[in-house]
Order: sequence, then structure tokens, then C-alpha cells
Amino acid sequence: MPLFLNEDQQMLQDSAADFMKGEGDVAHFREFRDKNCKDGFSHDLWKKFAEMGFTGILISEDEGGLGLGHVEAGVVLEQIGRNLTPSPFLTTAVAGVEALNAGGQAMREKYFPGILSGDSVLAVAIDEGAKHRPDQISMAATREGNGFKLDGKKQFVVQGGSADTLIVAARTSGSAGDDKGLTLFAVDTSSDGLSRNSVRLVDSAVAAHVEFDGVIVDADAVIGEVDEGDAVLKRMLNAGRAGSAAETVGVGAGSMDITIDYVKGRKQFDKIIGTFQALQHRLSHLYSEMEVARATVLKAQQMLDEGSDKAELMISVAKAKAGKAAALSVKEGVQMHGGVGMTDEYDIGLYMKRDRALAEFMGDANYHTNLVAEMHGY
Amino acid sequence: MSDIETFRAETAAWLEANCPPEMREPVVDESDACWGGRNPTYKPGQKEWMDIMAEKGWTVPDWPKEYGGGGLSRAEAKVLGQEMGRLKCRSPLSSFGIWMLGPALLQFGTEEQKKHFLPQIARGEIRWCQGYSEPGSGSDLASLQTSAIDQGDHYVVNGQKIWTSYADKADWIFCLTRTDKNEKHKGITFLLFDMASEGVTTKPIKLISGASPFCETFFDDVKVPKSYGDGISSVVYEENKGWDVAKYLLGHERSMISGQGGSGGGSLGAKFADQIGRDEMGRLDDPMLRADLADIDIELLAFRAMAERFGDTFKAGLCHPAQPNMMKYVGTELNKSRYELIMTAGGSEVLEWESEATNGGLTARDWLRTKANSIEGGTSEVMLNVVSKQILQLPGA
Repeated sequence: MPLFLNEDQQMLQDSAADFMKGEGDVAHFREFRDKNCKDGFSHDLWKKFAEMGFTGILISEDEGGLGLGHVEAGVVLEQIGRNLTPSPFLTTAVAGVEALNAGGQAMREKYFPGILSGDSVLAVAIDEGAKHRPDQISMAATREGNGFKLDGKKQFVVQGGSADTLIVAARTSGSAGDDKGLTLFAVDTSSDGLSRNSVRLVDSAVAAHVEFDGVIVDADAVIGEVDEGDAVLKRMLNAGRAGSAAETVGVGAGSMDITIDYVKGRKQFDKIIGTFQALQHRLSHLYSEMEVARATVLKAQQMLDEGSDKAELMISVAKAKAGKAAALSVKEGVQMHGGVGMTDEYDIGLYMKRDRALAEFMGDANYHTNLVAEMHGY
Repeated sequence: MSDIETFRAETAAWLEANCPPEMREPVVDESDACWGGRNPTYKPGQKEWMDIMAEKGWTVPDWPKEYGGGGLSRAEAKVLGQEMGRLKCRSPLSSFGIWMLGPALLQFGTEEQKKHFLPQIARGEIRWCQGYSEPGSGSDLASLQTSAIDQGDHYVVNGQKIWTSYADKADWIFCLTRTDKNEKHKGITFLLFDMASEGVTTKPIKLISGASPFCETFFDDVKVPKSYGDGISSVVYEENKGWDVAKYLLGHERSMISGQGGSGGGSLGAKFADQIGRDEMGRLDDPMLRADLADIDIELLAFRAMAERFGDTFKAGLCHPAQPNMMKYVGTELNKSRYELIMTAGGSEVLEWESEATNGGLTARDWLRTKANSIEGGTSEVMLNVVSKQILQLPGA
């Protein structure tokens, strides 16, 4: 498979670009930020995502979705990144759906219609501390009657405040650090004993700290097999990490484009500042880094769609590389904008904030660099 | 089985059956590769391997059959490359004729030139060198002064080239000459001539690596015929249009050099963990070095994806024409970083310059060689200028 978008994927890119620009551009982002709404995104827009078919991108055609793959999810996410479109797409339609795809038919029939219609929002509850450490999950799920009782805390659950359903990773046996003994659950956020404290993050997205105080779930809330949740978790993380890497490329590319436009217009010393070699070389270096990041992300997504056993390695490479390239993009962006780069009026700072939050989602560059070393056996 | 998978199976079987065992050992350095030519020095297996591959046209798999190539499709050539890599078969022939002159002739040559020169290149009969840079014309190559004066049926060439790779070993040269002093870019002619001609001398330049892969090349009233008979012109394309050919070739050279960044195969970290030692968790026991190695492993895998994407988009005509400059910049800078880390990880041992244990300081010499990567074929700074101007379209670039 050649490492560029095919014709269908190109068409999807065009329609996603038009859609995000038309319905969810930076002005839209500012509107929802400034009205300080509790969810941080527009449910009307989420409905429109559904009308476009985007929410069903990873749901099979038999089940009413588009039946597409991670390359296509990434195509949509890159446009979300470029436009800073606020939406629960990554947690719902990518990570959430991929977890549910590992579940049984009854579970998929229960959740997919709401996702396809844009009525439902999903969030993934993995992290228990400030850093992403899925191998250290300690939240307990103990057997209780026909089901399980959940006790513990999940932190920084992005879109957790607006979600109706959480995908929760908890320990049914063993202890933190063990491979086996994890189980994944689909948990209704209106369950008794579940409380949420929503916090606004630096990028104006809303995350929730979630407390589980004896939350009772049925056995059919289990996704996959009890104690075998590591496989489902891995599948969800692969999708979420590849997806967030794609969104990161979009943020980096969007930031780079507006910076290049800015230096082409701004004059100092009677000269367009874009004529200065000091800026030209840094921008060309940035362009190179972004190109490499884009290729890496697409490669990882293709490998994931092909079911390659090296996909996980490439996803970590992609998350790390995209993270570094986009971080460079937003930092250079603010610096090259000069003073106005510090103002809320200009968009470049919004890209910097979005990049910071995305970098942390499902593991930062350091985390994935360490994983790459481990996967290489050192 | 699809056609391409049948081709893969047949290719693998043929390579297994025909590649000499010595040709399945890694190439140690440039002098260990097979370069062919009129005065060749073959190591065991090299000539057999070159000849049998040339017979199939597989020294230049994607060139047309009538010029000594294999006539393979893009997909087939890719499969051949993959299978050779998998079976660790060496490239049968290293050649500036294959990498540079051939592509230029395929693009700009006359039918007579193609029929004459290309099969010689494919069979490794003539070893070519490239006469581009001059002492006063480095990054500003188009300021070159080596003159070719029209004398009716021949030119007389005078001047000096520098950084001519293996000029002392080459049979023929493709050379940029000035045929019009009143023009800059439009006064350059791309000329082909025999290095055995009277008036050509070469002098190897000793580098910091101790090796001398480059020469100074002097032309003192060298007589170059306009025609080599049968309508075979010594000028490629047209007189005073040599810069078009040179630009095209620089693109090729840049993408070729850029490929070096991704070479070297497996994980650097895994290799050095075995050498340096591991902690009780199995991790490389120097955490800072481990982090640096993991960073480079990421960059290498990322660059490999970039190279694949570049190749795919290039062949499909979807790639920006200036993209080879970006590839050259990224690939050469990465290769330099890779060797810095190889030296760091190797510690004091790789400092041994002459001992047998280090194969005569091979790693250190290779490390020093990489410093030329971002200078030759256009410096990193020139590459960034081209990207600024042609891709980012920054003003005044």
C-alpha cells in the first residue's frame, strides 16, 4: 500500500476539511470557550458530526457505521487538529468505539445507535495520576452478586464530565504492575456512587476527576473477558494514541501555516520579516519535522489497519515524533509572532495550549520513547 | 497468488540460488563495494555477482531492457529491493553511472547516447566520476569557471574540479564546463569525456578520516571530441543548457544521499545494550544513554516512514519538486546524529585508530565521513534555502 492517501481517503479529507472549517473553526472554538459552557463543546456540532457519518467511522457497515479504518479516523482528526474543533470525537468515535468493538454483540447493539446518532458521548477512564501509567492501574473491581463493585478514582478523564458512558479499566485480580488481572467495563455515568468533578484544562477542554464509591455494574458491563482486559486496553490505547498523534499533526500543521502567513505579512526594519534567513531556516526545519511526523503517523495507522504485529511500536514512534514536531511548531509559532503571539486575540497561542493538552493524552513523548526502548528489548 | 507475489517467490528463489555467499555478507565500507570499471579490483564473488545480475538487467532493475536494464515495474523493483534486503544480498554494483549519469541520460540523452553509454554502465564496464564543484564554486555551483572552448570538431577544456569522488579510479567523467562567459546559468555545458585523455591529472585529497575518496582534478588543454562517432555526442542535452541537467541530477543526488539516514537496519539501542550491559530489569544500564538511543531509534523509524512516503509520492508524481532537498537535509543530519551516538556508545574502544580490533578505526573513520553528508551535494543551509523559497514560498529566499 503506498504511503499516501488514496482517492477515497482524499475525498474524505476534503469533506472533513470543509466541514471543520465551516462548522467548527477557531471562531466556533472561541465562542464555546467564552460562553464557559459546562461541556466545552457544542452538542449541536456533535450531532452534525453524526450526520456526516464521522461518529461511525470505526463502526462496521453491518452495524450502521462507515466501516472504515484508523487511516480514515486520522484524516478526520487531522482536520479537527488544524481547526481546533472542540468535540468528543477522539474519546467517543475512536478510543471508545474501538474498545466496544472488542465487546460482544449485545454491548455493541446497546451503545452504537447513540454514538451513530450523535446523542452519546464516551470517555476513557484509565489514568489515576497526573501522568499516563496504564500499567500501574490499581482501581479495584470486586465481584458482587451477578456483577462487580467498583471502588477508586480516575483522574483527568477527558470529556468525562459530558460523557454518558465511561470505558473504565480496573483491577479484578493481581496488583499494579501485573499484565493480567485487568478488566474493562462500560459504566453508565448516572450510576449510583459515581461522582464527577469537572475541571477546565489549559486548552478549554473539560476533563473530570471521577470517584467510584461502591458503583455496582452487571456482568454484561464487562468488555471482553474478566482478567483479560489488557488486550482490550491495548486495542483502545492503540486507537487512541494513533488518533491523538493524527490530531497532533493537525495542530502542528495548522500552527505552522498561520505562522508562515504571519511572517509573510509582518514588516520590521522596512522588510517583511519572512525575508530574514534566521526565520527561514527555522521554518524550513519545522516543515521538515512536520513532514516526517505526518509520514510516521500515516505509517502507524496503515500498520494498525493491516493488523501488523509491529503496529504498536510504530504507534509509539508516531506519538513521540508527532508530539515533538508539533511542540516545535507551536513554540516557534508564538516566538515568530512576537508580542502578538502572547495575546488572546491571535490564534497561535490557542494552538500552543491545545498541543500541550494533546501531548499528555495517552502518554507523552517521554513515555512513548521509553516504550520504544522496551519494545526493542533494552 | 497475485502476479506480484509470484514474482516475489521467483525472485527470492533465484537470489537464493545465484547470490554467492560472500555477497551476502554486509559491506564494510565504500572500498568493500564492487565498482566495476576498466581497471577493476574484484573481491571474491563480486564479479560473478555483478555479471549474473547484469545479465538479468538487475544492476539497474527499473531501466528499460533495451539499455541493459531489467524493465521492471515500480512494484517489481520494490519487491526485488525488499527481497535483496531480506536475504542480505549486496548491491551488485556501486556506480555513479547508475546513480547519476544514467538517470540524466534517460531524461536528457539522445537515443544514440542512451544506446551507447547506458549498457556499459549497467554491465559495470565503465566507471564514471562527476566533475561539479570547483575551488571557487561550492554552494554557488553555477559560478563554475572550467572552460570548454569550441574548436570546430572538438572542445578544449581547461580548469580545475575539486571533490571529484574517486576521480583517480574513474574511466570517464561527466563534467560541467563553461561555454559562455557572459552568462551564468545559461553558459554551462554538460560534457562527457575519457579520463585517460591527455591533459587530465588527478590528486587525491586526504580527509580527516584518513581516507581519500575525493580528488582534485586538473584539465590542461584537454581535447574533447564533439562526437564519438555514430551520432554519439559528447554534450548531454544542448550546449549552454547543462545547468538544466545539473539541477535534475542534484535532485537525484540529494535523494540518494538522504537515503543514508535510514540505513543501518535494526535498533541501535538493542545492539549497544548487548555490548554495554543491562540492569536487573534488562534495561541498558546507562539511563541517559538509553534515552538518547531510544530517541535515535525513533528518528530512524520515523525517517524510514518518510523515505517510503517520499518514494511513493515521488513515483506517483505527487511529490513537491523541491522535496528531495528536504529529504537530503533530514537524512544527512540524522546520519550525523546517528554516528555521534555510535561513537558515544562505543566509548574509548572506538577511538583506536589503527588497531586490528577496530578494523583500523573503521567506526571512527565512518563517523568522520558522515560530516561530509551535509556538505556534499548541497549543504544543509542551501537545502533549507531551497525549501524556504520553493516549498514555503517565503519572500526574498
